Amino acid sequence: MTAQTLLFELLIPVAKIIAVILYPMIMVIVMIWLERRVVAWIQGRVGPNRVGFQGILQPTADALKLFFKEDIIQREADAFLFNISPHLVMFSSLLAFCFVPLGESFRIGGYTLNLWVASSPVGLLLVLGLSAVGVFGIIFGGWASNSKYPLMGALRSVVQVLSYEIPIGLTVLTVVFFSRSIDLVEIVNHQQHGKIWFGFMLPVSFIVFWISGIAETNRAPFDLPEAESELVAGYHTEYSGMKFAYFYIAEYTHMVLVSSLVVILFFGGWLPPFPNARFFSFLHWIPGFVWYLIKIMFFLYVYVWIRATLPRYRFDALIKLAWKWFVPLSMANFFVVVALKYLL
Amino acid sequence: MAFKELELNMGPQHPSTHGVLRLKLAVDNEVVLSIEPIIGYLHRGMEKLWENLTYPQIVPLTDRLDYLAAVSNNLAYVLAVEKLMDLEIPKRAQYIRVILAELQRLASHLAAVGFMANDIGAMSVLLYCFQIREGILDIFENYTGGRLTVHGMRIGGVPFDLDEKVTAMIRKTLAGIPEKIRDIEGLLNENRIWKHRTKGIGLISPEDALARGLTGPALRATGVAWDIRKNIPYCSYEDFDFDVPVLKGGDVYDRYIVRMEEMRQSMRIIEQALEKLPPGIFRATVPHSLKIPVGEVFFTIEAPKGELGFYIKSNGTDKPERVKMKSPSFINLQSLELMCKGNLFSDVVGILGSLDIVLGEIDK
Repeated sequence: MTAQTLLFELLIPVAKIIAVILYPMIMVIVMIWLERRVVAWIQGRVGPNRVGFQGILQPTADALKLFFKEDIIQREADAFLFNISPHLVMFSSLLAFCFVPLGESFRIGGYTLNLWVASSPVGLLLVLGLSAVGVFGIIFGGWASNSKYPLMGALRSVVQVLSYEIPIGLTVLTVVFFSRSIDLVEIVNHQQHGKIWFGFMLPVSFIVFWISGIAETNRAPFDLPEAESELVAGYHTEYSGMKFAYFYIAEYTHMVLVSSLVVILFFGGWLPPFPNARFFSFLHWIPGFVWYLIKIMFFLYVYVWIRATLPRYRFDALIKLAWKWFVPLSMANFFVVVALKYLL
Repeated sequence: MAFKELELNMGPQHPSTHGVLRLKLAVDNEVVLSIEPIIGYLHRGMEKLWENLTYPQIVPLTDRLDYLAAVSNNLAYVLAVEKLMDLEIPKRAQYIRVILAELQRLASHLAAVGFMANDIGAMSVLLYCFQIREGILDIFENYTGGRLTVHGMRIGGVPFDLDEKVTAMIRKTLAGIPEKIRDIEGLLNENRIWKHRTKGIGLISPEDALARGLTGPALRATGVAWDIRKNIPYCSYEDFDFDVPVLKGGDVYDRYIVRMEEMRQSMRIIEQALEKLPPGIFRATVPHSLKIPVGEVFFTIEAPKGELGFYIKSNGTDKPERVKMKSPSFINLQSLELMCKGNLFSDVVGILGSLDIVLGEIDK
């Protein structure tokens, strides 16, 4: 075995696997910091600015603190489910990143380096499926805590995720319909060949998907499963130490995942703006990965912005919004899009 | 998963019970079947304590009742004492008292609106409210030295004269408030989520409200025009021109609007009082060891949270024989069950926030 094959067959895949764990973690750290600073700015506060440059190491310090905290399991809790559920949440959201392409593949010498760990012809389904698996962790965790607030949080979470999976599925169908593929790489490539990004071509799909995505990640204004003013901390009330941190990190990872999906499905993934216009061809000099990062940071910022602005939905309004507005709207959207595609 | 009735304990350690209130709830999934407030976690035996203190010594302790509106508590107590000893208060002192009390009303309503919005999930509003409140606390700090527990009243008048520096500070702070209040209203008033969370929630009819003794903004939101400042003026409130905002809805939204409107009226009163501030002394002469002739008195004022009354019975010594307090938070909490029944669990926190209770005043 030559050194070259060793590099290509072993070291690069291993590096990719490490990267797929590190990348969401770094994004989570940046995201927690960004959220705290941005919310503080919006509210006229300063926010954490002591640990590291402008407080960028604050999330790391918090994680370290949680690492050393006592891990408390209630006497009445179902220890097995209680222990596996944070890992389930964490695992599912990290695994989904294997299928998320972070940039275009480029050639080094004779080797093509793909910026994704696994390319699957059904990548989109896998990512959506894995992000839905995470809710099992929330349900198990809430139920196994054997406590009332977590149970109510878990029950809310079930209904919420069940309701919003449907509009997500229906809106994704329109994108798939145009790109004729459920491979995430293919979807991005199609947006390069096509004249326009899907977000501008299918605005209704984008808006429904984005709002449902916020609901699916249990973020404000849909953060009912962990509404702190009602349910204390919701499903993870009884968790402490690193297990709590896992839920916390998983929530942010999930946000990064949903933002990535929005960017890939609707805003051309790693493509620069106007990928085909000759006048803007200089934009191609900036690596695709940077474009992708800029785009997802925008959507992550919107997450924070929404959280600082809007009050929380009530449970009935949340369900009404899903079943009376989004499900019919996304169905009608699908039929209209299909009809227009064939008529025009 | 089928469970019919779940007993739920909200508090005494809970993020949105405004202190150490414990609510015993019975919920069916999310619908509230019954709710029972359990109080007493902050009981400090204030009323008994007062029996062993001289009349002036009691004033700073009243700060600790409704700690979000310390000056209003001071005012209610000193007015009751003064009525009992039949003391004439200089006009200037009365005006300064009105200015302080209305500043305190502003601060208290800001805290109320902010906490209520935070409970409903609009967390930025809390910080915006506290920014404004901060300016008001700075005024108190410059005037008396205290920020939260101000001790801003003395029997016979006020502790200090209102000098140019504080007056200028009040004017400057007041000039900035309307714009910030508009910001808050811009975030909430027409917000669909906010309206859905507050309109038609925590309904109470004027009859029920009166039967349960509901007072303050919560009563005025049901359509009953009852404001002691207007109906039984005290402390020269009759000199000022202001409106009593009254709304008909009787829900959380109307209570919020009434509070916002009252803040504007408070600013109007303060501006008039500063304008018309009469010259003279700021405190009547009160003997050092204050002995009050035998008698009893009950006096109520319109505190930010509602009708605040003090009953004082004197036995001729320098200490009262009995002081009894009618605290608005305690009375208003009686209506909670009526308001919450049949509503969703999430609404309980909003309704509780709209009642604007302070546990220091409930448990005494």
